Amino acid sequence: MFCEKSIELIRELQRISDGQLPAFNEDGIRQVLEEMKALYEQNQSDVNEAKGEGRSDLIPSIKLRHCCLLRNQRCVTAYLYDRLLRIRALRWEYGSVLPPNIRFHMCSEELQWFNQYKKSLANFMRSVGGEEGLDITQDMKPPKSLYIEVRCLKDHGEFEIDDGTIILLKKNSQHFLPRWKCEQLIRQGVLEHVMS
Amino acid sequence: MDSQSYLPVPPGVGMEENFLSLDDILLSHERLPSRTECLFPRLGFLEKSTDSQDIQEGTKMELPLWLAKGLYERKRRVVSIELPKVYREGWRTVFNADPTVVDLHKMGPYYYGLGSQMLHFDSPENPEIAQALLQTFIGRFRRTMDSSQNVYNEDTSALVDRLDCLERVLFKMGQRGLNSFQGWEKGRASHLTASTLVLNYRKRKMTDLQA
Repeated sequence: MFCEKSIELIRELQRISDGQLPAFNEDGIRQVLEEMKALYEQNQSDVNEAKGEGRSDLIPSIKLRHCCLLRNQRCVTAYLYDRLLRIRALRWEYGSVLPPNIRFHMCSEELQWFNQYKKSLANFMRSVGGEEGLDITQDMKPPKSLYIEVRCLKDHGEFEIDDGTIILLKKNSQHFLPRWKCEQLIRQGVLEHVMS
Repeated sequence: MDSQSYLPVPPGVGMEENFLSLDDILLSHERLPSRTECLFPRLGFLEKSTDSQDIQEGTKMELPLWLAKGLYERKRRVVSIELPKVYREGWRTVFNADPTVVDLHKMGPYYYGLGSQMLHFDSPENPEIAQALLQTFIGRFRRTMDSSQNVYNEDTSALVDRLDCLERVLFKMGQRGLNSFQGWEKGRASHLTASTLVLNYRKRKMTDLQA
């Protein structure tokens, strides 16, 4: 049957439904596009024949192929769109710099899109909240205190806080830090929020 | 748990399909028993049982829902679609008797979705199908809701096993609500946690290394 390749693309995303980004399936997309090209050419010649020689019996087949074309189009669009949703989520979960193993899973157009998205978001954040702008990726949960107790889960190197002090984030060390400084590191799994 | 920033395109409601929803695309890939009502020239290779160049009139085929929907016309019969077994009279009485004992995952897994889609094809049984779907859902909903609200920190796989896709989504939502409520009660609502996405990535990286 037609359109088996395109449904494979969709299944690939559905298997990892928690929002992780699988590698861009360039080969799969190419195969779908090739199938579409073949379908289109076949249809074109059948349409000409149906018109020129009055063979209206060809019409059901033409319609069937046309349905397949539309179906392939839908699958590819949905595949690309769902990936964009995932990429957008990465900006919020990881911050503006993605780990290389994730960047590796994106195609060049997606990387470009991610950069554009980053820029739009940054522009927006600069435009709200007065002079300094407002980081809307901060304080996803309402803060209760300015400082929080955190423990390092892995070596992260040196880290500078507001007053210029530099602290060393070493595995298993515990610190009392400004909340807004470490929120992102917690989300990335470098620090752990310790509650007494 | 924490709010997820990845929200997939939700599936359509009722008879509508959502164009970009992955769930709906997989739903419309379900195969329906059907019969061709006219000749399809030059497509014989799609039907493995014959060597002929064309698909003959009256061939029985399993067509995916999307194709059946595309080819189906009220005025000109190109294909006729049969009801899948689970929506027929016999099964409907089973569902009527006790909807909670049926394993909808095995029957579906898109029992409700596919059932609603079947209403696109003119069939005299349509009102009964719609009624059966609704009654089945009503009959099972209470149990789904109850279990999703009361199972805390336990293995839910036995409960989820027999649920249809739609019910699974509802179950998951209930569980998320229960978990965040429990978190709030314990005063952990303001606890900052690592993103689940990040954690899952790390898990996968570990297995990648082991492989």
